[in-house]
Amino acid sequence: MSGHSNRPISTAITPESISLTLSDADAAASDAVARYALGLGDDALVLAQRLGEWVTNAPELEEDVALANIALDQLGHARNLLTYAGSAWGQSEDDLAYLRGEAEFTNRQLFEQPNGDFAQTIARQLIASAYFIGLYRALSASADPTLSAIAAKALKEVDYHLDHSAQWLLRLGQGTAESHRRMQRGLERMWVFADELFDDDSVPGELAGIAVSPSALREDAYALLTRLITEAGLTVPTAPFARGGGRSGAHTEYLGPLLAEMQVLARAHPGASW
Amino acid sequence: MHAAHEPDDDPDGSGQRRFDELIAADSRIEPSDWMPAAYRKTLVRQISQHANSEIIGMQPEGNWITRAPSLKRKAILMAKVQDEAGHGLYLYSAAQTLGTDRDTMFEHLITGKAKYSSIFNYTTPTWADMGSIGWLVDGAAICNQVPLCRASYGPYGRAMVRICKEESFHQRQGFEILLELMRGTPAQREMAQESVNRWYAPALMMFGPPDADSPNSQQSMAWKIKRFSNDELRQRFVDMLVPQAEILGVTLPDPDLKWNQERGHYDFGELDWNEFTEVLAGRGPANAIRVSRRRAAHENGEWVREAARAYADKQASLAAAQAPTHEWMAS
Repeated sequence: MSGHSNRPISTAITPESISLTLSDADAAASDAVARYALGLGDDALVLAQRLGEWVTNAPELEEDVALANIALDQLGHARNLLTYAGSAWGQSEDDLAYLRGEAEFTNRQLFEQPNGDFAQTIARQLIASAYFIGLYRALSASADPTLSAIAAKALKEVDYHLDHSAQWLLRLGQGTAESHRRMQRGLERMWVFADELFDDDSVPGELAGIAVSPSALREDAYALLTRLITEAGLTVPTAPFARGGGRSGAHTEYLGPLLAEMQVLARAHPGASW
Repeated sequence: MHAAHEPDDDPDGSGQRRFDELIAADSRIEPSDWMPAAYRKTLVRQISQHANSEIIGMQPEGNWITRAPSLKRKAILMAKVQDEAGHGLYLYSAAQTLGTDRDTMFEHLITGKAKYSSIFNYTTPTWADMGSIGWLVDGAAICNQVPLCRASYGPYGRAMVRICKEESFHQRQGFEILLELMRGTPAQREMAQESVNRWYAPALMMFGPPDADSPNSQQSMAWKIKRFSNDELRQRFVDMLVPQAEILGVTLPDPDLKWNQERGHYDFGELDWNEFTEVLAGRGPANAIRVSRRRAAHENGEWVREAARAYADKQASLAAAQAPTHEWMAS
């Protein structure tokens, strides 16, 4: 899981530094770039929210730490991407996170799936990480300097996330009969949402050279996942993929309650700052 | 426990003499040094309770991770709860150097045999509680813990140095949350004040019972585990809080609180020690929930830990099977 480490990692990228750069009006995202960044930001935000639910519930203290760590990284990606997206419309990361309804959220459906047991969470994280590695590696070469800087920073982190889920996939796949059964079931529960990640529905042609074409990531991601799943003694699921549509606001029934919880306080105090 | 360090194993008294010299010289006792059995026992109890408090203390704040009202606050809160898990891990490691393993200490926590700080039996119904916990609870913890950085037992003192750095960061963040609320809408100000009203007295009780009712304190001070008495630390905390409350614009819920020119300290009202006893006896607002939640996480995770063990065993026997049969082949 290396091959990108010769790329300089920008550590200066934060929502605050992005905001500052964008106060120069020319640096604001165009509407098309903003929509693209919004989709990626929503993916990361919704996944961070799910991972945050694990804190204090993990099987070991070390996993409380690890899952919180991954959640924090994902939240960091979300904040950067939403801050950039919001620059096109004069909105803050919090406007976008807290004041949009379910149909306006554009995350892929995989990320909103409930945590289930630990194996289900690992399955979701594995698929997500395999996708993010390809995405951020390609996006770090984007012609858009903000997207490229955000991606370069994120890449280092998702590399660690993939390592974490790949190791747990092995332990659970080859651990006990019970863990093997649960890991296989977890994969089957999440796999149906894998293909939506590689759907080109969301990227208009005008973003060539700026955005990454999701379908271009499909082959490498599946090859990586197939190798890891097979090494763990598990089977790549074969059930038909779900219809998807998350990028255009079509969601499973799990997103509504997730947003209700996430937004409740912010919505109860309109205009307040925290 | 290490039978090798029982007093029976110090027949000529040289261990005790060296121990006394190290304590008198303000030096540190290290894991391989001889130490009185009671010193070891007190430390295991104190350090493991401290670890347990960090772990149970993740819950009242964990309660708000999914509902934090801004992404920045959500990130800060998540990082904080993560730090607390890390503190629990450092402290378990420090306690393990005394010969009690982590699984035993954890078992005592989830069966209710071991204690944790009474403060975490209070609930967090509002967001402002994230501010109050940082400002008041972490603030009290710092007053307690900074002197522990000089505790006579080396591994404990060193763990505390690291923990205190992170705790003061947390306290500042808590203060900031309250400050932001106090500068906000009337509803936010009311939320902040209401929360401070609930947390103030329980935070003062974190220093433990008054000196007159604290039988273990004297021995701990003689051993230089504790450096100041409960009442001294409580006074120091109140003196620190009052000016900070003024900056925040919150009132502290104590009509007897006033500056005493003669003493050079703030006087404050008597605390409700019945309440403290009730919470310690398991009848606080959240006692029943805190331990059972940690136990549920542990039980639900049993199959995961079993899988990790089985996998590690398989890897180990695989490595053994592949290892050279004769030792000379390895070189």
